[in-house]
Amino acid sequence: MTEIKQNNKSMLQRFMPLIIFTLLVVLLGVGLTLNPRLIPSPLIGKPVPVFELPLLNKEGVFSSEDFKGQITLLNVWASWCYACRQEHEVVKQLARSGLNVIGFNYKDKKEDAQLWLRQLGNPYQLVMADEDGRAAMDWGVYGAPETFLIDQQGIIRHKVIGPVSDQQNYDELIAAIKKISGSNL
Amino acid sequence: MKTLFAIVLLVFNAGVLAAPMDSFEFESEAQEKIFHKLSEELRCLVCQNQAIAESNADLAKDLRTEIHTMLLAGKSEEQIKEFMVNRYGDYVLYDPPFKPMTWLLWIGPIGVLFLGLHYARRFIFQQNASEAPGELSAEEAERIRDLQSELNRSDQSNNKETGNMKKEKRS
Repeated sequence: MTEIKQNNKSMLQRFMPLIIFTLLVVLLGVGLTLNPRLIPSPLIGKPVPVFELPLLNKEGVFSSEDFKGQITLLNVWASWCYACRQEHEVVKQLARSGLNVIGFNYKDKKEDAQLWLRQLGNPYQLVMADEDGRAAMDWGVYGAPETFLIDQQGIIRHKVIGPVSDQQNYDELIAAIKKISGSNL
Repeated sequence: MKTLFAIVLLVFNAGVLAAPMDSFEFESEAQEKIFHKLSEELRCLVCQNQAIAESNADLAKDLRTEIHTMLLAGKSEEQIKEFMVNRYGDYVLYDPPFKPMTWLLWIGPIGVLFLGLHYARRFIFQQNASEAPGELSAEEAERIRDLQSELNRSDQSNNKETGNMKKEKRS
């Protein structure tokens, strides 16, 4: 009986390097497959930052207060951004499904942005223009496209980094929309 | 070989050559110092292995401008760091803070070191122990007795054989 125990122990000891090696491989493997571009936003669960921006296509401004009352999808895009073009059809489809989709034109020239919308279609209820990117900084935007999901109380509930047309991004966004519309209706 | 050397030189120089030049003016030397310290400590989010000091990305430029504006407005180093962390998360800091989320990050390496020391110690002690004569179990003692008697027997037969050989040589 004691001999079996000892054998087990020495077996464990003998395979310890292999076990440690395997654990390391798994750990490094997971690390390698994570996308370093996905930086979790510290803004999730917090109210939208205080800001005020002019609208792109008409007179007027949009401010933080205007988010209250309905679930909003805030889509950060620019005419110079290739991935924004890729995701645009999906943004249109989300807008058609009845979601309040608002555009956030990021570091763009007014004429370029307007031309882009004329060419590809404008799914946005309204578009605000952040020419110098200062307001985007308050949103923690570090590239385009990015998409924020904001609930009726004006709290940021989800952030998509990269195109929403990406299957995983899309599924996560839809799940987040279902979650907040379900719990608040 | 020469080409390789040239490539290595180029690659390692790239950062230096590409270091962006801004012309920021400061009210005091202290301000300028904080500015350089911060832009070395904050990570550029677009080009991830560069500090915002060395990055030519648009966002890095904007962030440098923002730091400059905040410094002129009288904000402290801590306030500026907080501003960045509130927007981009701990990720912007090259030196992550010590908190539950990062315990493993900070303690992990030390833990692995101690684990290694522990195993090294055990390994060394085990070797010492095996060199020193220890107590034998009843079974081991019996086995040794068996082996010894077997050895004695084979010794005797060996002696006989060599004796025979000597005889043969002489004849």
